[in-house]
Amino acid sequence: MLSRVAERIYWLGRYLERAENTARLLNVYSTLLLDLPRGAKIGWHTLVDITGSHADFADKYQTPDERSVIRFLLSDTCNYSSILSSLALARENARTTREIIPSEAWEQINNLYLFAKENASKGVARGPRHQLLNQIIAHCQQIAGLFAGTMSHNSGYNFIRIARSLERADMTTRIVDVGSVTLLPGLTEGVKSEQIEPFENMIWMAVLNSLSAYQMYRQHVLDRVNGEDVVTFLLQDRQFPRSVVHSLAKLESCLQALPHNAAALAEVASVQGMANNADIPLLLQKGLLEYIDDLQIHIAGVHARITETWFLPVVSGQQQST
Amino acid sequence: MRIDWKTYDPGAFYDELISSPGHARKSGRILARYLGSLKNEELQQRKTAAELAIKAMGISFTVYSEAGNIDREWPFDIIPRIITETQWRSTSKGLEQRLRALNCFIHDVYNDQKILKDKVVPAELIAKSANFRKECIGMKPRFDVWAHICGTDLIRDTNGQFYVLEDNLRVPSGVSYMLENRKVTKRVFPELFENYNILPITEYTTQLFDMLAAISPRPLDYPEVVVLTPGIYNSAYFEHSFLAQRMGAELVEGGDLVVEDDDCVYMRTINGLSRVDVIYRRIDDLFLDPQVFHPDSVLGVPGLMRAWLKGNVALANAPGAGVADDKVIYTYVPAMIKYYLGEEPILENVPSYLCIDEKQCKYVLENLDKLVVKPANESGGYGMLMGPQASKKEREEFARRIKANPRNYMAQPLISLSTAPVLGERGAEPRHIDLRPFILQGRDTYVTPGGLTRVAMVKGSYVVNSSQGGGSKDTWIVTEEER
Repeated sequence: MLSRVAERIYWLGRYLERAENTARLLNVYSTLLLDLPRGAKIGWHTLVDITGSHADFADKYQTPDERSVIRFLLSDTCNYSSILSSLALARENARTTREIIPSEAWEQINNLYLFAKENASKGVARGPRHQLLNQIIAHCQQIAGLFAGTMSHNSGYNFIRIARSLERADMTTRIVDVGSVTLLPGLTEGVKSEQIEPFENMIWMAVLNSLSAYQMYRQHVLDRVNGEDVVTFLLQDRQFPRSVVHSLAKLESCLQALPHNAAALAEVASVQGMANNADIPLLLQKGLLEYIDDLQIHIAGVHARITETWFLPVVSGQQQST
Repeated sequence: MRIDWKTYDPGAFYDELISSPGHARKSGRILARYLGSLKNEELQQRKTAAELAIKAMGISFTVYSEAGNIDREWPFDIIPRIITETQWRSTSKGLEQRLRALNCFIHDVYNDQKILKDKVVPAELIAKSANFRKECIGMKPRFDVWAHICGTDLIRDTNGQFYVLEDNLRVPSGVSYMLENRKVTKRVFPELFENYNILPITEYTTQLFDMLAAISPRPLDYPEVVVLTPGIYNSAYFEHSFLAQRMGAELVEGGDLVVEDDDCVYMRTINGLSRVDVIYRRIDDLFLDPQVFHPDSVLGVPGLMRAWLKGNVALANAPGAGVADDKVIYTYVPAMIKYYLGEEPILENVPSYLCIDEKQCKYVLENLDKLVVKPANESGGYGMLMGPQASKKEREEFARRIKANPRNYMAQPLISLSTAPVLGERGAEPRHIDLRPFILQGRDTYVTPGGLTRVAMVKGSYVVNSSQGGGSKDTWIVTEEER
């Protein structure tokens, strides 16, 4: 497989996963924020914080109100990580690897982009938003299924899965970060203490829901929903497909099948060590923010090793955005 | 409202479906009757269905002048064009004959130059040819074949006779659209396929791969064949990707390839360097190798010519093959057929005047308002003068250019291109068409049954090039039922 093609197909995988994750996030937070008490210092800007695009947002929008934030994350093509931009970039990477991906997959990616382009701006209004986001999520899942079912499980497929696992691990750390570092303190500041408990519970449920993890969590953790168990589940559960540890294990097994994989595997091993050995109760009291920052830096390190090992030294054609 | 063929008037032109108002040609009767049976809304629905299919399948091409709009949907008319197999059989033989003669010519020009010594083709033409590559002198590619893939443009005059307008021997494009047009027609008019015996065309990519594999310098079971594209912004990128996909070949850009010290070509893969045997290149000669041609070309591969001349890699088409893809050399093809093959040409050329000949040049200059003047080396319909439609100023400008460089120009009378019905908003209307069949030559030769029909979508226009707003049609070679 050509290095250039490997790179494009890797980005195809990342952008598809990113579009799906962002859609999940918007969906859950749109519902959650309606339930919060007035005065809670949690607003739509949290969504911008999760995606790490605060500066880009501030450049273009005055206030982080619902319409602006949703538009920014859903349909704004000036934002390179909006759903529509991610899908446009996924399509561009698919268009330029058409010779190796199954043609049904290309047609579906093309269709998804055309659908999003046509409809994304409608999602700014609350009414049709939920359905639109669900359609995008379902479509992404369908494409993942097409890859699994119609593409030979070769290096190309491996790169798609590597990209997906990496993007997932990254997104899960962001969501944990926001749940525990931004949302909870935000809530405690603005609301009387006797009101906090029910909402705390609700926030952790929303965190789980944004990763489709609520049901699996309930089956796995018999205790009521609480911060310590949720963070442990999302970081360290071995069986849940969106947990950090599980994503890293998937990533590791895909890397095993590639040539010259030593550097990338070593980097993954160090992130795995960090994730497995984390003392969650302790971190929740102090230092979770720094810990997660560190984890994200190491995840970015895995991406750097992959780039050095398998892609062309000079990025040809287009600039991809991490 | 339905299509009323009685009001469909092709005028003085040869219409391929309707011979005179109300009367369909024999081969087209079922089609004409069927189209006439549908309400206009139903026809428009089919048209929309075709547009949606093209959008969903991502069949696109790029127009250079529209910056920002990378790819555009392929323009397609849903009414198929019908040619009978009897008509086609001799045309197809004529195309094979032509390509065999052209390859003899190219090989001769770069080796013994017998045809020049025998003064059948003036040596001066080669000396002044912009597409003659002195670097290729003495090269002997496998099977002595230089132009492996040829797209020959055919037109039909008012009697329906086929003429050759030009041979495209450099990097002819369009074959992917021919194949996709058939797929779209199958989705839009599946019921029509029950009533016609249509020769299938899907075999092309297999034939192309077999031909490319046959010219590999290493006798292996699985030679590494790649398609070399200028990149994702090229107007024919869709086609490059399509052909690579259908052949299971890697689609490479210049930066993916490297020539090592052993003069062999390698591609950069995730496993490291991997040897390449055959390159189907879709890059013009002058961009192939910056060490030999344009030094600032970033599309090509440094050292590629060295590897090719050493015989370590096959290039299709071979560099220098364009020497025969020259509108002046074109006029000598009938002579080449007699000279090399000892055969009579099966297909005729459009009558042509060479400006390099003093008498003919005088005629051209005096009759610019009646002639089409073409430069020797342009393609895509650029740089032409359509005499009858041109302004006085344009004609004067061309007269000046011809006098300055007579070798570079030839002229032809304006041939009345045949027409075929195209579905407009209010029904069927005649539009001018041409045909580009594709011919392959390696160990054997192969001709596509039919080809890509290009349509001038504007009423009365003769400009069929997709780069200038032309459209296309599915082309059916149908076998008549024996009774």
